Amino acid sequence: MNIENIKSQFPIFSKKINGKNLVYLDSSNSSQKPLSVINRLDEFYKNEFSNIGRSIHSLSVNATNKFEETRNSVKDFINANSKDEIIFTKNATESINLVASTFGKQNIEKGDEILITELEHHSNYVPWHYLRESKGAVIKFAPINENGDIIISEFEKLINSKTKIVAVTHLSNVTGTIVPVKEIIDIAHKKKIPVLIDGCQSAPHIKIDVKDLDCDFYAISCHKVYGPTGVGVLYGKKKWLEKLPPYIGGGGMISEVNKDKISYAPLPEKYEAGTMPTAEVVAFNESIKFMKSIGIENLVNHERELTNYALEKLKTINSVKIVGNPKNKAGVISFTIKGVHPHDIATILDEDGVAIRAGHHCCQILHQRLNLVATARASFGVYNTKEDIDILCKAIENCRKVFDLK
Amino acid sequence: MDLKELYQDIILEHGKNPRNFGKCDKHTHQAKGHNPLCGDQVEIYLKLNAENKVEDLKFQGSGCAISIASTSIMTELVKGKSIEVSKDIINAFLNMIKYSKEMKCKDLDEDQKTKVMSLSGVKQYPMRVKCATLSWHTLSSAINEKKEDINTEVLD
Repeated sequence: MNIENIKSQFPIFSKKINGKNLVYLDSSNSSQKPLSVINRLDEFYKNEFSNIGRSIHSLSVNATNKFEETRNSVKDFINANSKDEIIFTKNATESINLVASTFGKQNIEKGDEILITELEHHSNYVPWHYLRESKGAVIKFAPINENGDIIISEFEKLINSKTKIVAVTHLSNVTGTIVPVKEIIDIAHKKKIPVLIDGCQSAPHIKIDVKDLDCDFYAISCHKVYGPTGVGVLYGKKKWLEKLPPYIGGGGMISEVNKDKISYAPLPEKYEAGTMPTAEVVAFNESIKFMKSIGIENLVNHERELTNYALEKLKTINSVKIVGNPKNKAGVISFTIKGVHPHDIATILDEDGVAIRAGHHCCQILHQRLNLVATARASFGVYNTKEDIDILCKAIENCRKVFDLK
Repeated sequence: MDLKELYQDIILEHGKNPRNFGKCDKHTHQAKGHNPLCGDQVEIYLKLNAENKVEDLKFQGSGCAISIASTSIMTELVKGKSIEVSKDIINAFLNMIKYSKEMKCKDLDEDQKTKVMSLSGVKQYPMRVKCATLSWHTLSSAINEKKEDINTEVLD
């Protein structure tokens, strides 16, 4: 795999940040976009734009076809059974809210339990909290150990007859833990409990096969998968999406409307009310093509090599401490520097053109568990190189110099 | 912008060795503030005497170098001042952080002004302005006996 060739497909890397080459280490937050995706947006708006599914004219027919082509590509990308199982949303947050809201309406009663974990991003906690507020549901947190791995035996103990759904991340956006979701799904399914997987971080970095996992729901955020903002995906098993009530009501999601009753459209339109981010969905097809052109195995190997290289180098820097040491780790490295607050680290690194994130990364439960207020996080994408890691380490040394650390 | 202008020695020194860190004995006023974006938290304890002067001012909390230094310098400047003068100093600081390089305040001497003006470089870093202002808003809240905690996301 030729990284320089891949990097050259991303126009942003020709820009200077504070006079320096951009070292972008914030892909867990959002990835940069290849030119093919940017061009597709431009081309669609210039030559092909129309709203979809509503009109008979040629432009609309073409736009609808292109929109549905992306749905098919997503279906293949995650190995779903049918394109009816692929719902486009605003983002992964909306995907999870959709499930929490509709599943909750139909299946959650007072005292019922929702099982999540201490690793979860706020977007896989707050939507369930709404059910705690509105229905009196109970939220249980499967604990993690110091390494940042979910303690499976403890997870298993938390499942009981009141547990109605399990919601767990596939890949932690703080510790980089790759969660053994297949094992978790097996355990839950033995008790006939459905499982939602938050695939925000996993989709751009590891192979996803919803058929093999046998998950009931899977949420994806397209802007993290080298795609445009404004698009998310919810995969749901057909049996669930058919059974659950609709989410947002409006145009496009109905079958027939009368003064006294309304019937809803079949899948997937049932969950796609109103005008969708048409151009963005169309352009997301280019992101999937981009991922395929690299090959998921090459991508995994490249990011694993980078992660190992970065961990080795960071360990040699005095006063740097890596957060978590999970069994299986992807390209997300959160760290602290003794004596320097993560916000100061981020400001100083930015002077060297190094973009990292500092804060609690929308995971306050996890930070509380690890007794940390905030951490600095470097996260990788397919365009990162070992040279980027070297520049990161140099910038950290500079940070230590500014703070006069020994 | 040079990092040295943001991380001046005086800021790093106050950040490492904050003055008036802790809790006052028998405070008369207190307030909490936090910055939900980064998780920074500060608690301000204020003790007013019978003449409405700040007899003691202390703080607890966690934050970045900018936030700790700003709070530490604030306690040094405000301690011993009357309530009215304290309010003037707070306003002058907030004005300086947002708009000017100068600390326009007749109640401070040149040394004190120089010290607090070391924080004026923060305005070049819009994402960091709230680090510097959190404790000042929280002190204002303590003085005005407001019940709600300060949340930087609902301030301008």
